[in-house]
Amino acid sequence: MTSEPIIRLRGIRNQFGAQVVHDKLDLDVMRGEVMGVVGGSGTGKSVLLRCIAGLRPPQAGAIEIFGQDALNCTEAERRAIDQRMGVMFQDGALFSSLTVRENVEVPMRSLPGLNMRLRRELADLKIAMSGLPYIAGDKYPSELSGGMRKRAGLARALARDPEIVFLDEPTAGLDPIGASAFDELIKALSQTLGLTVFLVTHDLDTLHATCDRIAVLAEKRVLYTGTMAEMQRIEHPWVHEYFHGPRARAAVEATERTT
Amino acid sequence: MTSTDPGFESRTGHDAERARLARAGEGWVLEGMLTLRSLSALMPDLDRVGGGQVQLDLSGLDKLDTAGAYALHQLQERLAREGGALRIEGLSADHAALLERVAQSIPEPPEEVPAQRSLTDLLEALGRTVASAGVFLAEICAMLGLFIARLVWLIRHPSEFRATALVHHCDQVGWKAVPIVALMAFLIGVVLAFQGAVQLRQFGAEIFVVDLIAISILRELGILLTAIIVAGRTASSFTAAIGSMKMREEVDAMRTLAIDPAVVLFVPRILALLITLPILGMLANAMGLFGGAMMSWIELGISPNMFMARLLEDTSVNHVIVGFVKAPVFALIIGVIGCHAGMQVGGNAESLGRQTSSAVVRSIFAVIVADAMFSVFFAMMNI
Repeated sequence: MTSEPIIRLRGIRNQFGAQVVHDKLDLDVMRGEVMGVVGGSGTGKSVLLRCIAGLRPPQAGAIEIFGQDALNCTEAERRAIDQRMGVMFQDGALFSSLTVRENVEVPMRSLPGLNMRLRRELADLKIAMSGLPYIAGDKYPSELSGGMRKRAGLARALARDPEIVFLDEPTAGLDPIGASAFDELIKALSQTLGLTVFLVTHDLDTLHATCDRIAVLAEKRVLYTGTMAEMQRIEHPWVHEYFHGPRARAAVEATERTT
Repeated sequence: MTSTDPGFESRTGHDAERARLARAGEGWVLEGMLTLRSLSALMPDLDRVGGGQVQLDLSGLDKLDTAGAYALHQLQERLAREGGALRIEGLSADHAALLERVAQSIPEPPEEVPAQRSLTDLLEALGRTVASAGVFLAEICAMLGLFIARLVWLIRHPSEFRATALVHHCDQVGWKAVPIVALMAFLIGVVLAFQGAVQLRQFGAEIFVVDLIAISILRELGILLTAIIVAGRTASSFTAAIGSMKMREEVDAMRTLAIDPAVVLFVPRILALLITLPILGMLANAMGLFGGAMMSWIELGISPNMFMARLLEDTSVNHVIVGFVKAPVFALIIGVIGCHAGMQVGGNAESLGRQTSSAVVRSIFAVIVADAMFSVFFAMMNI
């Protein structure tokens, strides 16, 4: 891991009407790390993700991605940044009129010179790497279970071999076995592909199993960032409760057993 | 990435993603970035590599992604099939791990069973279509029976009846449809008068335009066109409302709370249609005659008084009765088909859309079929 920030947020402010969600929010995400964002309900974790992914411009502040200003740039520059990022939405957000394979092919269609056979083979590879069986490629999203839709969403997010992947609640709604398999998948992919992963989660097991660093969203900004071990020592009441509650202890024990 | 914008290409640095394959002594050297973006340009070169034991030096490889690793793996496989082997040298640890992972993940497509379509398959498909049409009819009858049974039950238990819901649906189904039904009927009256005038004038029989308008509107068009408009508006909204509740498991939640969906959802809606469709039909008749009278006055000089006198004198009240007998039947058809389609919605949004449009198509079709059957029946009865 190098110490070069791939995403740099400064003074971000997001508000809906009079309700301020983020104010003076700063955050650095380093190249190659898995950054987990936690926070109570309504602290704007998903809003932050949408903000960086370019789906919602913040009311104030600066966003730098790949060392480039992502807010004050031309549309072409923004598109170039988007091309190097992938987003997995909470329920996959797959195109319902396309099969899973066609869904994964969509991001590759805009690449010039890629012939159809190779594109199809690469889509099959991505589907397999996301842990889906081969036959899932021919199915429509409505025929898949929630967990399979998430995997297909991940396959589409990875289709263009992006440098940054955003994952919105990757393990929400999965059974514990499926969730831990997904954790391992994220970890393995981030290591082999050198991915930078920005993941929003409530799942303490995911935080333990996958994240290099954790950012805590509270009081409208990123209150703390640090490794899991550092989080355990923070005295802030909410953070303490979060990382020392009964669920947190169970997650710590589980990680200690496996490692 | 489009190549039409050179400035943006150079800024992103992706034009620099290029790989170069060259011969070096006995083997080959691959340099640069072997990625999804550079791969397609390199494919022809990779295809030329061949012939027994091949040595590939990758020490100059700066970047490798899954697409590149896949290409290397395919090359390895191809050489192995041709009886040779690929020996990769100078691969960094990260790239080796990636290559390993990709090699593990290569999907193996199952043997494809060639699809055969024989005559029996076609017969089977036909049989299934016919059977499903039969099932649909049976389900519609079941829905009608359910509605009647719950209606009778509600008459015996009036305290369970949801009057507020009925009023709300009457407003939605009836009152909100008044402008479109009135306008449609008025224009139909105008069109009939105009077309009738052109034809009847040739025979000097202009006055019969009153009979033409009165009989066609009162007997057929007023109620039929109203029913078609209501089918388009209301059957779809019934399906959408009930279907979205079905989709979000609200209907199941009702059942677990001992609330009968038929009593809460179907009865108020179908009853509202039963009440409002005849009223809308009456409005359509009045507006149609009004439109026809206006046009007759302008085009043929038949004054409204004369129109009225001719109408009352010559038009049998039977025509009005024939028209109104159909209204409740059409209302039942539209309501039952709309509610039935709503209950057919599955767990996803596509089925909601599909059922909504099919509810409209089916209810309009059924209304027209029923109207044709009424026509035959009344003709045989000489009414």
